[in-house]
Amino acid sequence: MTGPALTALAPYIVLTGGVTLMLLAISFVRRGPVTLALTLAVLLATLASVGFAAGAGAQLVDDFVLVDGYAHFFTALFVLAAAATAVLTFGYVDRRAAQREEFYILLLTATLGAMTMGAAAHFGAFLLGMEILSISLYAMIAYPDSGRPPLEAAIKYLVLSGVASTTILFGMALVYGETGSMQFADALAGDGALLRVGQGMILAGLAFKLSLVPFHMWTPDVYQGAPAPVTGFVATVSKGAVAALLIRYAVTTEVLAQEALFFGLSLIAIVSMVAGNVLALLQDNLKRLLAYSSIAHMGYLLIAVLAVASAAGPQMAAETGMVYIVGYFAMTLAAFGVMTALSTDEDVEDLAGYEGLFWRRPLLAAVLAAAALSLAGIPLTVGFIAKFYLFAAGVEGSLWLLVWALVIGSAIGVYYYLRIVFGMTRQMEAGDEASPSWWAPATVAVLGVAIVVMGVYPTPLIDAAREAIRGFGG
Amino acid sequence: MNILALILVMLGAGVVAGLSERIHPAAPKWISLATFIVTLAWVGAFMVGDGYANQYIPWIPRFGINVVLSMDGLSQMLVALTLFLGIVAVVSSWTEVEHRPGFFQFNVLWVMAGVVGVFTALDLFLFFFFWEVMLIPMYFLIAIWGHEDKAYASMKFFLFTQVSGLLMLFAILALVYLNYAATGNITFNYHDLLDAELGSDIAFLVMLGFFAAFVVKLPGVPFHTWLPDAHTQAPTAGSVILAGILLKTGAYGLIRFVVPLFPEASADFAVWAMFLGALSILYGGFMAYSQSDFKRLVAYSSVAHMGFVLLGVFAFYEVGGALVVNEVAVQGAVVTMVAHGFSTAALFMMAGALQERLHTREMSNMGGLWTRAPRMGAVTMFFVIASVGMPGLGNFVGEFLVLVGAFKANIPLTVAGALGVVVAAVYGLYLMQRSFQGTPNPDVPSMRDFGLREMSVMGLMMAGLVWIGIHPQELLDLSAPVVNTLWRVAP
Repeated sequence: MTGPALTALAPYIVLTGGVTLMLLAISFVRRGPVTLALTLAVLLATLASVGFAAGAGAQLVDDFVLVDGYAHFFTALFVLAAAATAVLTFGYVDRRAAQREEFYILLLTATLGAMTMGAAAHFGAFLLGMEILSISLYAMIAYPDSGRPPLEAAIKYLVLSGVASTTILFGMALVYGETGSMQFADALAGDGALLRVGQGMILAGLAFKLSLVPFHMWTPDVYQGAPAPVTGFVATVSKGAVAALLIRYAVTTEVLAQEALFFGLSLIAIVSMVAGNVLALLQDNLKRLLAYSSIAHMGYLLIAVLAVASAAGPQMAAETGMVYIVGYFAMTLAAFGVMTALSTDEDVEDLAGYEGLFWRRPLLAAVLAAAALSLAGIPLTVGFIAKFYLFAAGVEGSLWLLVWALVIGSAIGVYYYLRIVFGMTRQMEAGDEASPSWWAPATVAVLGVAIVVMGVYPTPLIDAAREAIRGFGG
Repeated sequence: MNILALILVMLGAGVVAGLSERIHPAAPKWISLATFIVTLAWVGAFMVGDGYANQYIPWIPRFGINVVLSMDGLSQMLVALTLFLGIVAVVSSWTEVEHRPGFFQFNVLWVMAGVVGVFTALDLFLFFFFWEVMLIPMYFLIAIWGHEDKAYASMKFFLFTQVSGLLMLFAILALVYLNYAATGNITFNYHDLLDAELGSDIAFLVMLGFFAAFVVKLPGVPFHTWLPDAHTQAPTAGSVILAGILLKTGAYGLIRFVVPLFPEASADFAVWAMFLGALSILYGGFMAYSQSDFKRLVAYSSVAHMGFVLLGVFAFYEVGGALVVNEVAVQGAVVTMVAHGFSTAALFMMAGALQERLHTREMSNMGGLWTRAPRMGAVTMFFVIASVGMPGLGNFVGEFLVLVGAFKANIPLTVAGALGVVVAAVYGLYLMQRSFQGTPNPDVPSMRDFGLREMSVMGLMMAGLVWIGIHPQELLDLSAPVVNTLWRVAP
């Protein structure tokens, strides 16, 4: 391994070192604030090392990971999301579990797995990253030691996610059998029935991880059972990592150039957009509502993936995917952040619990309103810019059917997102409630500001994404 | 003039007004009123000192999106109307709003800022941006301060406008990308897109996307069903803004975007649009007549009046085998927009005042009110007559020009539209009869008549209608350059 390669790997090395350090630290000091401070320090150091690593340019390390601007972009995003989750969890986990320190370590390892997926150029890295992420998530979901729902959710996620992983693994084996190589780039070489089947199995497994219809059954239950901040993390980082990988995989292997797979994925996208939104209409539980809404959003995101193989081209597709994922992170984390900030002993899940929130907790209500409007794609929010990108990519790539599904899905979506906002405006006589902590509201306030700022002036975000993918797929 | 500063001042004042309720519950309405007066004076000074303002600031260069704001005669007229009706809205809800007055004025100022943006934006992305910005505060106005059925009404309003807005976004992008495919230049600039060459089939579809958004907002039958609910349930200020201004954004969109961007497609579609216009006039009129709710009646009359706009804008007529834009009818549509802004805002203000005093909008609970509140009676009489189309008042000029123009285009539809004027007289006088005349209802308690505050605003609107009615030339001169130059003749 050469010097530049090591430089490029700096964020991964820093984070791994940080995890080791924390394992040591908590055997001496078991104090919440110290652990949180250490976690944030490790994440900050990782973020700082991204800038350093970017100096090395794109590096293909041992044909295993391709650490380029694209990978760095997602590393930064995942680290920021992990930091937000860490702060939100503080004061939340210790009300639910006797020991809270290990939670932060799991959070860091999950982030490491997600980062690896963002850089994967080889089936080995693909699987390694995915499993580090998933195994950490099982434990994070089951972390509260009181009550059954988290445990149920974790078991469900473990079993179904395991099935998906094995499906992907089988697919990889078939592809390897045809091409004789585990690298994404070599998958172009083969041409045979087994290769098709293998690629189809890999896509199906990824569709499961993204909770796309018809592989979506686990989503509402896991969302509901998991503790609110963890749900936010599952909804963002775990899906974002899979999506980042999927886009790179689609660009490098040109798998979607095959009509059958393109058609199948288009169908999955359309069904997800429609079914996700329709099912979300029926929900009275905010976690389940957001679960179905995330199914729809992942369907939207597939437009970016499918655009890879359309007239829009890989550059535009990747740019769209990146902007969309950033927007989706901000609004989803904000929504679950508000839920976390409101929840004391029990998660506030029912929509009824949010009635009159504007008059009780104006700040949290404003952020949740911004998040809901952003998810609905209303201007002034980043959700609009994200949706605009999808429209642009869809129109440029002549994916008319998908764009129509996007219009119909968004139209249905407006109704249930607005229900959240409307419930919060209902008049109630209660006065201002005291907040149990200041840091959770502060975190969601930052997310709310991010939603609006990126929505009004998206140029820096767009420039960052374009800078990151210069030469991407070429 | 710095249009962006104007919009930012309004947005900023909204935030200040929102926060000021902590200091004093009456502070927000004073801030809001002062903002509208100052900005109106600002725009007025600019209009007197004639000119054409233009602003250009890069925004999202990636997609050729810029902040392009400009103010020509048509925009000036509508922006001035917007700001004036802002004053009316604030005054009409002076004593009505007790719950969270700060957030109320915040929404009023933001919706108006969005409307000013819609009337001045000449970048399609920016236009869409403002189009949606005015939606959310309006939704809050209805959902929070509305009447008994506000949840249903606000949701319906939002869904109709949002879904049609998505169609427009789709159409905007299709237009931009088709232009991009043809020229290799990605731009959302209105002036660049005017030259876009589209195939006639695709142009027709794209035009329909724009048309859908604007005709829902206008609203034209059969896309009008959100309007009676939204208008009836909205608080007084909300109804004034909705009827006075928001409906005009639909009409403005037809004049500024649909016809200039797609002249051929619009000409092909003209007969259908005129048909929808005539249908709106008659249907709105008949529905208005069958209402027992004061506010709902006025709401349906808006559908009828906006039908004239639709009829006028699309009154293309044939000259030597080619369809050309009908300047007289379009001028009529513009005058109707302004006059209807005054007359309907006044009637909604009256409905709000009655509801505040009687706690009912049902006309069967009214009757003989003239004896109790003669000033209110006289004012209502004036605006009902104006709305009916009495010569000498603004609405007459608008409707007359539309009918004169449309006569050249399509005689049967013009006749149908003209019949609507008769229907208007029926429902207008019926409204007057049921509420202010007839036997006094013994159950009605004595009620406070209009005071100086209400009368001064009403007086201004009366003066406005008389001025347009007697001397419409200045208004016509203001919009003439737009109507004459923006419109290219369809081949």
